[in-house]
Amino acid sequence: MSGSDQESTHRTIERVARESYGRLVAYLCSHTRDVASAEDALSNALVAALTTWPRDGVPQNPEAWLLTAARHSLIDHVRHQQVAVASEPTLQLLREESKEMTLSAEFPDERLKLLFVCAHPAIDPAMHTPLMLQTILGLDAARIAHAFLVSPTTMGQRLVRAKTKIRDGGIQFEVPQERELPQRLDAVLEAIYAAFGIGWDDLAGIDQRGRDLAEEAIWLARVLLQVMPEEAEVRGLLALMLHCEARRRARRGAEGRYIPLLEQDSQQWSLPLIAEAELHLAEAASRGRTGRFQLEAAIQSVHAERARSGRTEWTAIVLFYEQLTRISPTLGTRTGHAAAVGEASAPEAGLAVLDRIDPEDVSAFQPYWAVRAHLLQRLGKASEAAEAFDRAVGLAEDPAVRQFLLQRRG
Amino acid sequence: MQFALLIFEPPEAFAARTADENDAYLGAWRAYHKALIGAGVLVGGAPLQGPDTATTVRLKEGQRRVQDGPFADAKEQLGGFTILEVPSLDAALDWAARCPAASVGAVEVRPLSPEYLRRVTG
Repeated sequence: MSGSDQESTHRTIERVARESYGRLVAYLCSHTRDVASAEDALSNALVAALTTWPRDGVPQNPEAWLLTAARHSLIDHVRHQQVAVASEPTLQLLREESKEMTLSAEFPDERLKLLFVCAHPAIDPAMHTPLMLQTILGLDAARIAHAFLVSPTTMGQRLVRAKTKIRDGGIQFEVPQERELPQRLDAVLEAIYAAFGIGWDDLAGIDQRGRDLAEEAIWLARVLLQVMPEEAEVRGLLALMLHCEARRRARRGAEGRYIPLLEQDSQQWSLPLIAEAELHLAEAASRGRTGRFQLEAAIQSVHAERARSGRTEWTAIVLFYEQLTRISPTLGTRTGHAAAVGEASAPEAGLAVLDRIDPEDVSAFQPYWAVRAHLLQRLGKASEAAEAFDRAVGLAEDPAVRQFLLQRRG
Repeated sequence: MQFALLIFEPPEAFAARTADENDAYLGAWRAYHKALIGAGVLVGGAPLQGPDTATTVRLKEGQRRVQDGPFADAKEQLGGFTILEVPSLDAALDWAARCPAASVGAVEVRPLSPEYLRRVTG
């Protein structure tokens, strides 16, 4: 096999691993509930592929090949376990499934169940997103750890603990019943959005957590949409993230300078991403069930309109925020509402909205201070504005945002 | 729970200390200090003069050994420390990430050890 053939084989393995990882893990652990063993088995299968495929060629059905190899590895693993008696049912189950399994790729897509398991109420909410990133996308603990600002060892331990809880805690691999579906789905959506982590990207109020996982979050939302095409909020979330992602390039100027949304050159926004976002939003709206993510996407959609009309319809944004604060009165939403009111009517009105928030709650919430500073400055209250700017700068993590705010402060 | 943020800075950061009032690094530190006070998490701390002012003392086999310069020879040197009262390591890491030194040098986060303090002080 020539070098370039080998290279293309490696690329195929990477692509199959990326596209099939979650499907394979979900299927492998859907009966045993043993996520860690399923992941180990799949990684063994991928190692085997790296030696076999370049030699024998890529199998006709790579996914089925990986599944078979992973399954063998899983059976070996269970056999070698000391607790042979306890694991006998598992082994039996695997054997039976093996018999049914032929080399066709026709195995059920269990990723939805796995997503619901990852965001199960019995699992620490802080671990919902890391679990999804690892089990569905195959990201390693170190990468996840950096994004969530914990040490790789700690993240590794937390992931192990969460998987043990899934295996031993009686958490069922199932799609929740109609009755509890909205709430459970919300946890899944929240977890995906947490990976995206843009929070709120106006006036240099930025929550940086997990921001380098934006593409992974979009991927997760696409996976969710594949398995839940009927849910309006899934499309709402995807539309929201696509709108924000469309502006990625415009957010930074020369030398990495931070550019706030209102000053971005809309010519630099990605029109295909905006168009895709709009499609999902329209499709979601046609289902007649509005929700938090659709409203947030609608706000971003109004901002995106500027690319066409050259202006921002703040009144429309305020209306969406009013609905949003009713169903999801988070600090981010309330701060965004205040900023929009400040633009649509007057800075005093914006400040009045901010003043309804308990100061205790915002002592470490950066966007609040950024918006407050901006509104005070527009009112000409220089010294109060400077105080608020300082708080916003001091709470910022991104040096470019810090620089931007310090310049604004004057 | 109390944590120390040990602030390691490169020479440029030490140099910025004598820059004029408009220096961005200085401004960032001023703002960071305000944010710590505003959030009610600051317990104490102090900046240190530069590593060129350091003198290191050891006793080897009863002999005094005095060395010009800091204990460790590294590009980034201890520039100060901040002690915070926060609920968890996660919260301490959040504050470390916001520290202006984190983007030019490094911030080491360590829990204080009240148990050891008790053993020592009795």
